[in-house]
Amino acid sequence: MAGRKTLLLVGATSDIGRAVASRYAREGWAIVLTARDPSAARRDTDDLSVRTGEPVAVLPLDVLALDTLAAFVDALPVLPDTVVCVVGELGDQNRAEADPEHAARVMATNYLGPSLLLGILADRFAARGHGTIVGVSSVAGDRGRGSNYVYGSAKAGFTAFLSGLRNRLARGPVRVVTVKPGFVRTRMTQALSLPPLLTAEPAEVGAAIYAAAERGRADVVYVRPVWRLVMAIIRAIPEPIFKRLRL
Amino acid sequence: MTDRPRDIAGPLGTLSGWGRYPRAESRILRAEAPDRLPGLVAAGTDYVARGNGRAYGDAAIGLHQTVLMRRLDRFRGFDPDSGRLTVEAGVLLADILDVVVPRGFFPFVVPGTRLVTVGGMIAADVHGKNHHREGGFGDHLDALTLLLPDGRPLRCSREDNPELFTATVGGMGLTGLIVDATFRLRPIESGWIRQETEVATNLSGLVAALDRSAEATYCVAWIDCQSRGGHLGRGLVFRGEHASAAECAGLAPPRAAGRAAVPVPVDMPSWTLNPLTVGAFNALYHRRGAAAARRPAYVPWRQYFFPLDGLSDWNRLYGRRGFVQHQCVIPPGSAQPVLAEILERVARLGSASPLAVLKRLGPGSGLLSFPMDGYTLALDLPANAAALALLDEIDRLVVPAGGRLYLAKDSRQTRATFEAGYPGLGEFRRLRHAIGAERRLTSHLSARLGV
Repeated sequence: MAGRKTLLLVGATSDIGRAVASRYAREGWAIVLTARDPSAARRDTDDLSVRTGEPVAVLPLDVLALDTLAAFVDALPVLPDTVVCVVGELGDQNRAEADPEHAARVMATNYLGPSLLLGILADRFAARGHGTIVGVSSVAGDRGRGSNYVYGSAKAGFTAFLSGLRNRLARGPVRVVTVKPGFVRTRMTQALSLPPLLTAEPAEVGAAIYAAAERGRADVVYVRPVWRLVMAIIRAIPEPIFKRLRL
Repeated sequence: MTDRPRDIAGPLGTLSGWGRYPRAESRILRAEAPDRLPGLVAAGTDYVARGNGRAYGDAAIGLHQTVLMRRLDRFRGFDPDSGRLTVEAGVLLADILDVVVPRGFFPFVVPGTRLVTVGGMIAADVHGKNHHREGGFGDHLDALTLLLPDGRPLRCSREDNPELFTATVGGMGLTGLIVDATFRLRPIESGWIRQETEVATNLSGLVAALDRSAEATYCVAWIDCQSRGGHLGRGLVFRGEHASAAECAGLAPPRAAGRAAVPVPVDMPSWTLNPLTVGAFNALYHRRGAAAARRPAYVPWRQYFFPLDGLSDWNRLYGRRGFVQHQCVIPPGSAQPVLAEILERVARLGSASPLAVLKRLGPGSGLLSFPMDGYTLALDLPANAAALALLDEIDRLVVPAGGRLYLAKDSRQTRATFEAGYPGLGEFRRLRHAIGAERRLTSHLSARLGV
């Protein structure tokens, strides 16, 4: 179909990823997914293709294999109009404190892989003359807290990377959008008890991402606006007090 | 109770049905993927599947463990030539409708809410406003995968394992976990329903109007529960047909996404639905229906089939104490006098439901399916002592008339009422014994009724 736009969705088999894909598909976009193991993602890709009424392409990609990222982008059948990266891993804070390997994996999954991949795509978009980059980061990156600072620090790095990328490209045609979903009811968070007013459904995140990337002009999006206020307060607490809080 | 490892027993949660009465504790297990189900229930005891929690009573609360099925929410395949759809059992009807209506298809049978899972629709063998013509959801089901209590997935259809297929349709989840299902959809030309309304001034007029409507695709009657004497059983009969593309060419397409449901944000005080507010609601509804009676109206499918879905959490209107639904079916021979007696007693109680619905049913297809040839009356009442006593009285009218109660709405019938109404029960118990379901698959409902 001529003039049809293409979404590249990185990390498609998460609950948020599925919601993003459904949202874009409903607007008529062609969807290209990535998965570490495409055959294991079959259940999700079948689901998406029945829901959207057409086949969904899946490309193998492991964002932790940093030296393969450029080759992956080179091999894309079509350079997408928008890329949304929802890769993330909450990990286990207690384990991360004792097990550097686990901590390094959480850091790489939330920061290194997504940042490097989006950086490569940003350059290709700039060379082509258009494109939108959406990175799903986290409110956990707004300030390090004792209960999840390994994850939070990686997200802080990702947020800073996106901010810098946006600053570098601001005078050009490429947009960079940072999305901070807040709490989302997903597989990743099902063990936690979450406050309902602060907790979004995956479909809400999908809708917010589409709206911000394709309709709006916002640079940093909190899916539930109340989070902007919550995090402003949390950031404003002076460190001598903050360090004593149990957060 | 003995201590079990946490990952097998699951964290403790308090569950209730949509009526919010009764509440019970159960260990929560979560189905993540079909291939992980056998491991999940390998050591399971007294468990039952739970879909979207829309059964009103205690059908989807496991006596010991409850398996949440909503994450089995993947579509598997759709063949537009045959209209056959295959989905995992936790897929919501709402998602199916969003996918298939724009492509010109509609399920043969939909219940009064679209916020139910496919597994739940099969387990309750739900009926719609067309049971007299199309039967229940199970009549359009080709096949399903059932995870037996021993952890074995088994394909069931009218050809393969037909006894288990027939027992699982309407079997309230008591034969195994329904993993996925294949069922047929009907082609439609538009998302509009052409609705005709007929006013009936009393019960015999209402029943006669229902009988006259046997040829209609959809038919449902609404009864004003406040009316007594000569107006006892007055109401409206709504007939509906899928509108053709030609006749609704001039109409704007029904909104694709639909308005978001308006939530009922807090538990309303228990007096919100008192006789005065219900009476005012009913009078308004009646006048509007009478005005609309002269000409057909075109109604978008959402509004026609799922009016209450526009008000999310509407169960909170009844306050914290919750409410009980009561739905019985009475065979045709004795229906009218029994219905009159029920309505008279409901009117006398005074706190009647805003929703009394009368429909015609045909024969059921599952071993424990609710539908049978007759008239079905649905009431909802606040869960208080007077209302519960009234429902016991109503049951004593239903049983001698050869009727039965809908298990998906039940939270309080007695074993005797249940056993009298469901002649397939002996065969159902025999099958459960044969597959080793006793002590493995047990809901609060099945324990209460001795299934």
